[in-house]
Amino acid sequence: MRISLGPIQYFWPAEKVYDFYEQAKTWPVDIVYLGENVCAKRREIKLDDWLRIAKGLSAAGKHVVLSTMVLLEADSELSRLKRICNNDSYPVEANDLSAVYLLKEVREFVAGPHINMYNTETLELLSHLGAYRWVMPMELSAQILQGLQKNKPDNLETEVFAYGHIPLSFSARCFTARKHNLPKDKCNFLCKQDEQGVALYTQENSKLFNINGIQLQSGIPCNLIAAIEQMRSLKVDVVRLSPQMNNMATVVDMFRKAIDKEITQTEIDLWLAEDSNNSQWCNGYWYGQPGMDWHKQVSG
Amino acid sequence: MVIVDQIPDLVCPAGSLPALRAAVDNGANAVYIGFSNTTNARNFPGLNFDMDEAQQAVDYAHQKNCKVMLALNTYPQSENWPLWTQALQSAADLKLDAVIIADLGLLQYATKHHPELSRHLSVQGSATNQYAIAFYYEQFDIKRVILPRVLSLTQVSNVVEATPIEVEVFGFGSLCVMVEGRCIMSSYVTGESPNTSGVCSPAHAVSWEETPNGRQSRLNNVLIDRYQPNEAAGYPTLCKGRFHTGDDIFYAIEEPTSLNVLEILPKLVNIGVAAIKIEGRQRSPAYIAKVTRIFRTALDAYKASPDSYQPDPAWLQQLQHVSEGCSSTLGALHRPWQ
Repeated sequence: MRISLGPIQYFWPAEKVYDFYEQAKTWPVDIVYLGENVCAKRREIKLDDWLRIAKGLSAAGKHVVLSTMVLLEADSELSRLKRICNNDSYPVEANDLSAVYLLKEVREFVAGPHINMYNTETLELLSHLGAYRWVMPMELSAQILQGLQKNKPDNLETEVFAYGHIPLSFSARCFTARKHNLPKDKCNFLCKQDEQGVALYTQENSKLFNINGIQLQSGIPCNLIAAIEQMRSLKVDVVRLSPQMNNMATVVDMFRKAIDKEITQTEIDLWLAEDSNNSQWCNGYWYGQPGMDWHKQVSG
Repeated sequence: MVIVDQIPDLVCPAGSLPALRAAVDNGANAVYIGFSNTTNARNFPGLNFDMDEAQQAVDYAHQKNCKVMLALNTYPQSENWPLWTQALQSAADLKLDAVIIADLGLLQYATKHHPELSRHLSVQGSATNQYAIAFYYEQFDIKRVILPRVLSLTQVSNVVEATPIEVEVFGFGSLCVMVEGRCIMSSYVTGESPNTSGVCSPAHAVSWEETPNGRQSRLNNVLIDRYQPNEAAGYPTLCKGRFHTGDDIFYAIEEPTSLNVLEILPKLVNIGVAAIKIEGRQRSPAYIAKVTRIFRTALDAYKASPDSYQPDPAWLQQLQHVSEGCSSTLGALHRPWQ
């Protein structure tokens, strides 16, 4: 099983992004997805800059994939998509069928987690159109995956989102701007202040969602480290970790050790209980439960 | 002077035979229905049609020159795939005028096995731009696309111009602010989503309680809202709850409100949308009758004298009355940018 770093979901200052990928060169990850996937207004890092980052990561032995937007509306957004799809160095992750339209039969692509893939027929179609990997939609369970793995095309790799705040929805509205009482077109890029989004609490103070611009995420991060063995038996090829600004090296290290069987259940439990970033986790989707639930894995 | 050759079809919801008759009798050009199972995105208890009722629906509507479409707009999973293919067979047997599909696999199956059935791309298919629409058109020869409620009027206009197929937009009803087909907030909290189970914030997960702090609504035990004694309480849909980020409690995602396009109806007609859809298969026959009648009247009024069209205050008042939170909005359509 390989490890991938998903695209950064937040609007980090460019310097922080460059720093992050400098560090990533030294981490035991195999694949790095690069690019903005959430808000078309976050354009501080241009395609050429992403390509420069990509080059550095490639030189460090990482496989780079350029990831693309989920919600595409304006013509300017489609032009940018086209430029990414036409790059001649790196494969592209399609997160909307507009990208599949541009990539099909031209070059191999990754069918990203925001393409709705719920059955074998859909996987066959995408594979036929040139997908070499699919990232399972967030809400599917291990049981559903098991059925899909049995009949999917042989040359189609499977990737599972295993760590981080789960992207739950996208809107034409910006919830960060709304929180600051600003209209979206005058948002002042306030989401740049939130390196990990803003927690949205119920009136009983439980974390329900996480606001990240036009995207809502799970209030608590997902962590499937305890399901690594099950993923191995389901022949999952790639485990996706979603970037966070702090302690990402530890996250990668823990998953690497779990995949390489160099860590005990006790050590995993200890990390889950004492991680300084997070006091709560969720993994419900994997176990066929509400996504926000935490299913305590039985050891082994 | 503006001359209007063609006004858009009025497409109305029907969750039952009485609702279907209400839509047909009040001027719908087409009605859309679903079967009583997970194959459609209003899989609510007591709603929808079995085969006999669907036959009666088709007979009634066709007799009055109204089309009938079937919503097959959820995402089949491999284990229950036959339920969707059977629904397609039923649609073919009933000689329905169109099937409204979201799933790629099912669209492909329908194209191959039922080429004679018109295919419309459901709003759940999340096609928000011309390339995505081109993909569906090229692969599955879809006749019509129903646009998610996230586009501005200019963007709708650009899409209509750039695509060779019919474009349908929502005109009235509950408003999803999220891109349809790409929202799993409901399954995050309840385990069931529109894509997988045809439900958003399912009724079985809802509970109400009276407390000293007021009436409270919960979804799978998560507090969605708390109401003061004089406040009207709404259905606890996740995106319409009141939450906080540390200070004030507010509608952090969306106020309870309905979409209403009557004010910009001339613009929608002139940019060439082929159909205007009313949301709400879960609504009562009386509601369907009222909304259908008002939209029929408005469309006909605009056609008759485009230069003097003004939404009648009485229509707006009546619609306001049946709207969620008794208020309405143009949603993304009014956005000034792009």
